[in-house]
Amino acid sequence: MKETTTVSCITADYPWYQSFLIHFITWKETIQSRAMWDHEIKGMASVHAAIASSIFMATLVPAVIVEKFSVYGTHLVWVYSVAASVAVVNIAMFWLLGVGLVAKRNTLSYKVSRAIRSSLYFTLSCFFYHIIVILYGAPLLESALETFSLAVLLSTFTTLRCLCLLGPSVQAWIRVFSRDGAMSVWDTSLQITTACSVIGAWLGAFPIPLDWDRPWQVWPISCTMGATFGFLSGLVIAPFWIHWHRKQLTYKSK
Amino acid sequence: MGTARMKRLPVLALLLWVCAMFYVGIYLFVGGFLLVRLEVNKSSSCSDSLPPGTGTQDFCPVEPRFRRAVVLIIDALKIDFARFDSHNISPRPFENKLPVLEEMKSSHPAHSRLFAFRADPPTTTMQRIKGFTTGSLPTFVDVGNNFASSAILEDNLVHQLGEAGKRVVFMGDDTWESLFPKKFHRSLPFPSFNVKDLHTVDDGILKHLYSTMEGSEWDVLIAHFLGVDHCGHRFGPNHPAMADKLTQMDRVIRSVIERLQNDTLLVVMGDHGMTDSGDHGGESLKETDAALFFYSPTPTFPPTLSQAEPEVVPQTDLVPTLALLLGVPIPYSSIGQVILPFFPEESQASGVQTYLSQLEALWINAKQVNRFLETYSHIAKDIPPESLSMLREQFSFLLAEYSGMVKEGQAASPTLVTALQSYLTAVRNVCRATWAKFNPLKMTAGILILTTSCLLCLAMSEMSEMVRDSFMPWASLVVGAFVGGTVAAGQQGSLGYVDIAWCLGAAIFFSQLLFIWRLCCAKDNGGGGARDSGPRQTGWRILPTLSIPLLVLALRCTSLLSDSYVIAEGRVATFLLLSLSFYIPLHLNWDGLLLPFSPESQKAPGLLPPPPLPSSVIRRESLILLACLGVLVASLYLSLFFHNCREEQGTCDPSPFLLPLARVQDSRLRNLHYVLSVVALAAWNYLLYWWLRHYGNLNSPGPAAFTARWPLPLASICAGLYWAVSSTPEETFRGLAELIALALVALPRIAFAFLGLGTTLLWLSPLTVFLKPRQVACPQGPTPLPRYRASTGVSPEAELRHLIPQLYQRMRRSLEDGEPSGSPEGHSGPAMEAYGLGTVYSAPLVLLTGLLGLGLLLLHSEGMALAFLLLLLEAAALLHLHASSVTLESLQGPQKEVFSVPWVSVLLWDLAATQFFHATGHLPTFPSIQWDAAFVGFPKGHVGTLLPGSLVTLNTFSSHILFAVGCPLLLFWPLVCEVRALRQGHGASKEDAVMEMRLRERPQKFSSALVQLAARCFFIKGAQVLASVLAAAILRRHLMVWKVFAPKLMFEASGFVVASVFTLIAFTLVMRVDFAVSGMFKKLIPEHSR
Repeated sequence: MKETTTVSCITADYPWYQSFLIHFITWKETIQSRAMWDHEIKGMASVHAAIASSIFMATLVPAVIVEKFSVYGTHLVWVYSVAASVAVVNIAMFWLLGVGLVAKRNTLSYKVSRAIRSSLYFTLSCFFYHIIVILYGAPLLESALETFSLAVLLSTFTTLRCLCLLGPSVQAWIRVFSRDGAMSVWDTSLQITTACSVIGAWLGAFPIPLDWDRPWQVWPISCTMGATFGFLSGLVIAPFWIHWHRKQLTYKSK
Repeated sequence: MGTARMKRLPVLALLLWVCAMFYVGIYLFVGGFLLVRLEVNKSSSCSDSLPPGTGTQDFCPVEPRFRRAVVLIIDALKIDFARFDSHNISPRPFENKLPVLEEMKSSHPAHSRLFAFRADPPTTTMQRIKGFTTGSLPTFVDVGNNFASSAILEDNLVHQLGEAGKRVVFMGDDTWESLFPKKFHRSLPFPSFNVKDLHTVDDGILKHLYSTMEGSEWDVLIAHFLGVDHCGHRFGPNHPAMADKLTQMDRVIRSVIERLQNDTLLVVMGDHGMTDSGDHGGESLKETDAALFFYSPTPTFPPTLSQAEPEVVPQTDLVPTLALLLGVPIPYSSIGQVILPFFPEESQASGVQTYLSQLEALWINAKQVNRFLETYSHIAKDIPPESLSMLREQFSFLLAEYSGMVKEGQAASPTLVTALQSYLTAVRNVCRATWAKFNPLKMTAGILILTTSCLLCLAMSEMSEMVRDSFMPWASLVVGAFVGGTVAAGQQGSLGYVDIAWCLGAAIFFSQLLFIWRLCCAKDNGGGGARDSGPRQTGWRILPTLSIPLLVLALRCTSLLSDSYVIAEGRVATFLLLSLSFYIPLHLNWDGLLLPFSPESQKAPGLLPPPPLPSSVIRRESLILLACLGVLVASLYLSLFFHNCREEQGTCDPSPFLLPLARVQDSRLRNLHYVLSVVALAAWNYLLYWWLRHYGNLNSPGPAAFTARWPLPLASICAGLYWAVSSTPEETFRGLAELIALALVALPRIAFAFLGLGTTLLWLSPLTVFLKPRQVACPQGPTPLPRYRASTGVSPEAELRHLIPQLYQRMRRSLEDGEPSGSPEGHSGPAMEAYGLGTVYSAPLVLLTGLLGLGLLLLHSEGMALAFLLLLLEAAALLHLHASSVTLESLQGPQKEVFSVPWVSVLLWDLAATQFFHATGHLPTFPSIQWDAAFVGFPKGHVGTLLPGSLVTLNTFSSHILFAVGCPLLLFWPLVCEVRALRQGHGASKEDAVMEMRLRERPQKFSSALVQLAARCFFIKGAQVLASVLAAAILRRHLMVWKVFAPKLMFEASGFVVASVFTLIAFTLVMRVDFAVSGMFKKLIPEHSR
């Protein structure tokens, strides 16, 4: 990965309700060469492969270590193991290794404040998802832990990646999820994986009312599975999709 | 002015025709789906010799077992009520209240016997009476006749008893009188419809029962008590009133037993059971299992082992048993099986008794059933041939066995008895399986017409530009009438009769074809006209613009094909509604319209012109959108607490708000509920009032504003008082009983009268506009100032906010031209202010919705006021959400003057109707119909069936009605909210807000927008009807068809009919307003000035 990216922070004089920093990620140069493209996509695919394999590992390793482990039986263990491994791999890949994004300032205090804000955002996002899931019809009080686990898993799949790629800036997140908002292959992949995870969880709610009496229809197993499969398929789809649409994807440089 | 006028009548005619297409499709399908079992119009008689006959006296033995019988029918006497458990120390109100049965069973085991009497669904009283007098199976379609029961034409027990010369005396439920007119020797019917009345029928019976029994003027006495059933409906089984009622029944049974004579049989039976909430109609065991108790003063039954659980007897079995015991022929169509314990096992030829033995009784029974089956299979072909031949084979085997046995004089073998029993059971099962029979041809035709109707609506909505004044369905109608007439003539000629369904079907189908063909032609021709590239593009642009809403609609329709999703429909609708409402901001954000981009990113493409509006406008609009989303989501979530429960949903508690307050035992809770309801009612009123005042509509001196000011609040006060009166327990104010009874009649009627008055006034003069010359020094006399001023002062901005004086540019110009002398400096400022002109179309609609909502709320239980308030909030939030998204799109996108309502909004609107159908405590099942609605204002019951029927219909589909009436608001709301955006955007310098007058300026576009909106509404509703029709058709042999799919189809279809009627009413009101506005302008602008 070449040093082609910078981060520029623009603080505009916006009213109080626009207190968030307007944060833009821009490329120094427009990527022109095909080779560069392939390089980017290959890098992304390998990162995705690492994340996907971490999910499989998170399923296999506890099966060896933990007694009586099963995805349905001890579902919460599985959920948290997947969430933790995905989080670790994401943070390692994006933040520590600096894939996709390199911070402008490298001072310790900046990093610490960034980390604190990121964890705050992550917690808020967990509660946000929790509320959304309850609004969608999850039980309010009973099995609150299960609901919250789903929220944590969804936050890991979506918010954490946003935090890693875009930093703790809601403005930037909102900007990414628009048609012309993606400014790099990483942004496009973020769009795809986030949408796939959320749609997967949404689809996962469908079998719950059916009278099939299957173990995976128990709340929240179908939704967590749906989110996981959605995320996995997003990881797989993103490189191919970007590869096929590379002609249309012309990332604007400033 | 006045040259370009909207064509009102053609638009209405078009919509009416579209509705008619759907009606005919539904009519055709339902006609094929819900067919009645063919009735065999033959009667048994004593002289019949049953084939293969050996003796001629099959039916009428010399010596019947009993000469007389007393049949006590205790409506809804569930089997649980008849059980007695001496170990139960603290029985619930319905337990251990009939000890007489247990006493008789233990002290006289040979005299009495208790059975569980299993009814066939539908467990409604009329079907049950029909079932246990004819011995046949009722069919689904009879459910609709419950309150208009017509005479039974099939052979039945009452008829047979009459033929045999028995004097049948009847007393009780007046349903019998309508089922068996003039069949009784003496009849004492009492009114049955009033569910709240626990005592009239029972007291009436008791007044005559004992005296009749002691007299000699009877052979069979039928007494039908209704108290237990009504107690269940009113209070549920778990209520002290039920204990009182059952104890009373216990005394009745004791008294009757004391008066029995030796030749008399006593039958005590329930016609069906009840659920835990006291309702019935479905097919759960709680509803089907009633008690059946026999007692005879002479020993009748063989000794049995200890009878822990009563044996289960199907309801059809009573008919052959009673017939043989009383010595009358078994009714022709009976498929029941004799109850064996009544007959001795061996024919004791040597003894004194000459009664039928088990074998003889069963043999007569089997021959009778076989005869019926043969006759039936001759006239109808619906019993599958393979089962028929199987049954025939079984019967011939039995015949050989039996005749062999008789010839050899053997003793009756138990195996033959068992074989006969299994034959009879097999016949019953085959009949049960068959008598839900369908007419596939009609069903297919219905589906075809519904499909083409949906397609036509889709085409109309996407090509609404082409559906113009000149393009109206007159030609189609003529062709349709012609084809229908031809088909009718053809039928008359070839068949000799006319099946109206086919004529209508053919007529509609051909008119549809012609319309679609003309639409295609117009599309091609239109391409050569003004916009040559337009139509082709519209054709291609349909799919992407539809995609997500179309997907959600497809999900909704697919969910109707699965019983689990139909059972969970309330949650499914909420889920989809929520998803779709989240989709709106996400989609806007995806298009980059939700948040203003900073100038840098806007400049980058270099293609779009810089937005003319400052980003604060967009930000403000986005905030409004998100706030509306919040309100919508909150009211959606809260509305989940008002759901009712289906019996299939295991762990589910119905909402406590569904209970009428009179049934709430805890007085503090009752007061709390009452206060909440009244607060909700007040909020409902205040919101409407506030909205009308905000847009200046209340300044109008006309009747419409009067309606908002007086009849609406007065009706609400009546409603609040009515709730107070109806929720007071009867015991508290004994002295005021008469006053309370009067108030129960008068208050709701007064409220309805106010609402009716309001609606009439609104219809007569729907304008809510107040005209005021702006110049203070206007020569024409003093004009009253508007009453509603901003409370904060009279600063221009506040005035704008609170009064919204609408200045109609053309009107002003015309006025100036017409009266040059009247206002010399007219050009400097507008001559006239018209308060409320900007919301001239939506104000009457809002008002009508408010009036209707109040009326419908009165038909619900008090707690539903909260649900109705949520409905109003959600509807408002939806409208604002829709308006904000449209505004955001138009502010930043290309400016276009197209009044098109996007699919998302229409689908959201329709899903909200479905969602509130559930959130007002309704379910698509028959037991959950809120019959109480028929007694609001009519606590004594009704004479006819039309009024109670329509009240119950209004109650059931109230959510559909409200959302249908509000449907045109989707078109107006973005224009109503326009002022907000414009004020921010253009400031005071630009033109004044024109709001809904924008529509009047372009009558062509107005009418095509109306047509498009209606077409989209009808398409979405029609697609759901089509889906439930398909579900019923495809899954017609599904286990759940009569429990889930058929009721769902009935509710969906009737919901469509009701909703479409009210949609038409709303569109008519819009036309009425348009007419009135034209009239107003004509009056304002003198004839010579034009």
